[in-house]
Amino acid sequence: MAVRSQIVGIDGPETLESALRDALYLADDGLATSAYLALALGKPLLLEGAPGVGKTEAAKALTSVLGRQLIRLQCYEGIDASTALYEWNYPRQMLAIRQASEDEEIDIYHDRFLIERPMLAALRAPERVALLIDEIDRSDHEFEAFLLEFLSDFQISIPERGTIRAANRPVVILTSNRTRELHEALRRRCVYHWIDYPDAAREAQIVMIRASSVAEATAQAVVAAVGRLRAEPLAKPPGVAETIEWAEAATLLNQMGETWPRAFLRAIGVVLKDEDDLTFLEPRLEALIAGEAA
Amino acid sequence: MTGDLMLPLAARPFVAFASVLRAHGFPVAPEQTTTFLSAIELLGPRGMDDIHRAARATLAPPAERHLEFDALFRSFFMGQTLAAPALGEDDDEMRVQDADSGVFEPETSDEINEAGGDATATEALTQRQFEPEPDHDALRRLARDANAHLPQRRVRRRISARAGDRFDLRKALREAARYDGDVIHLPRLKRKNRQRPVLLLIDVSGSMKERTDAHLRFAHTLAQAADQIEVFTFGTRLTRITRALKLKRRDQALAAASGMVADWDGGTRIGDALQAFLAVPRFVGLARSALVLILSDGLERGDHAAMTDAVIRLSRCAWRLHWLTPLATGPDFEPETAALKSVAPYLDDLADASSVERVCAHILGLSHGEAA
Repeated sequence: MAVRSQIVGIDGPETLESALRDALYLADDGLATSAYLALALGKPLLLEGAPGVGKTEAAKALTSVLGRQLIRLQCYEGIDASTALYEWNYPRQMLAIRQASEDEEIDIYHDRFLIERPMLAALRAPERVALLIDEIDRSDHEFEAFLLEFLSDFQISIPERGTIRAANRPVVILTSNRTRELHEALRRRCVYHWIDYPDAAREAQIVMIRASSVAEATAQAVVAAVGRLRAEPLAKPPGVAETIEWAEAATLLNQMGETWPRAFLRAIGVVLKDEDDLTFLEPRLEALIAGEAA
Repeated sequence: MTGDLMLPLAARPFVAFASVLRAHGFPVAPEQTTTFLSAIELLGPRGMDDIHRAARATLAPPAERHLEFDALFRSFFMGQTLAAPALGEDDDEMRVQDADSGVFEPETSDEINEAGGDATATEALTQRQFEPEPDHDALRRLARDANAHLPQRRVRRRISARAGDRFDLRKALREAARYDGDVIHLPRLKRKNRQRPVLLLIDVSGSMKERTDAHLRFAHTLAQAADQIEVFTFGTRLTRITRALKLKRRDQALAAASGMVADWDGGTRIGDALQAFLAVPRFVGLARSALVLILSDGLERGDHAAMTDAVIRLSRCAWRLHWLTPLATGPDFEPETAALKSVAPYLDDLADASSVERVCAHILGLSHGEAA
């Protein structure tokens, strides 16, 4: 196994954590450790968690810490090799055949006819890019099986060209919302981390670091209210991004002259985005928010 | 084995921990153990926390088994006594049993439940014996024809077809290369059809007692015939029995299901059961754009607000929601109980399930043409 104990000056989970903090992402010990292990062992990092806990943000922050370019592959049902891996430029191939003279030999599977897609791009420039395979649970089983070769050996087979292998192990981050169970074979090839909602203190810090206009008292009030909302049986519990937006929206309304608990209430649309949830909470909403928000 | 001898002394406990995990039903591959060892080496380790985090990251226990995993970890590395992860034993809580992931021990009771036709809200946990029954004509027909009659939907994958809506350029080029660049005919692609997922929710409470056997046999036949199907039973609990019904032999499958379900012929809490289903995001994913079939008499005790609410939410994420009730007397059946009346507007169909033949006929009557 290719163990690299140092990647651009990162020699342990703590260094990575502080580097992530500089990139405006607050990671807890578990995430920092998993991410460091993934980088050091040259394995893909699989992040699972409820929607809105900051999985994609973590990937972006990691990429910027490494000083690389992020290639994002958004998964969907039916995604296949021609959108994820490579595609031949058929019209150009066809033209080349037509234009070739009698005795001239032409390789129609030459590089210039190959259109790179995210995974091939990551293999060809492993030092310069990081590959984010986003929401892998949205893809179907066929694609998941297809990923296995890529994730274990960092190579892909193109029938017309043979196997292309990465010179170095690229940085690969996968995220999943866990709308379905991933195959064991996929999980086992990755370093795994389950991202949970951050605790109140950390979430308040996140709000402060991400939304500079928000006062500390506001951040704490918002985080406390969001915590109470998450304890309710909601169809769509608010994620971290929603917390930040709520704090920003309420601050904005407050600057425009709205009083405090009312500002939270009027901005409820950025945090509760489900009609059922709203009707369910409506009678108690004021009490839920005002609990400490006043 | 010699491998044991070659292992450095310090590494042995970590390797042994992997086998402890396997003994407790965590799937741990050998390469994960290797990764675990390199991770520990990489981290120092400076303390138990490092080892713990390395274990979680590399051995990848599923999120709902974290408590159990941590308990095993503590007992193995810190010598603490194993505190069994507490399973909610609260009577008001709807318990969800999903053999695919969580721990569960089927609880059995020797008492014979005489609940009969009444809907009761109390729990009575029993096991069930399934009488072997000769194959029904209707079931045999279902097994043969279900696949062709279940609704389909178009997926984004493409297959070659003479009258496809796109050109298969890859194939065209391969053929052109063979004929000096002349394209003789243009192969085409069309989108593939696939069977729509089916979600079957079966009421196994006391009031359905007479029919539960037949319904389970029906579920087994359908589970064998369909590509994508999930089956749950509900009474006072919600139990996922898909895995049992995937066994090919019916007696074996029903025996396995019998061991999984603990609330045969008990009380009815339809609303709570459906709410419990909707509370698990993974389960909701199974209902999304699926054909959802509920086999139940809809005899909800007391307030039916929870049931109505659950049906509304289910109907929103399902492709079609069909309620099959044994109380229906014919095609122009009108619901009479308040609970069924309140959910009727949200159902795509309220159909007759007074006999297995009727249920099978309903499935085979699902129009193929509805593919969308």
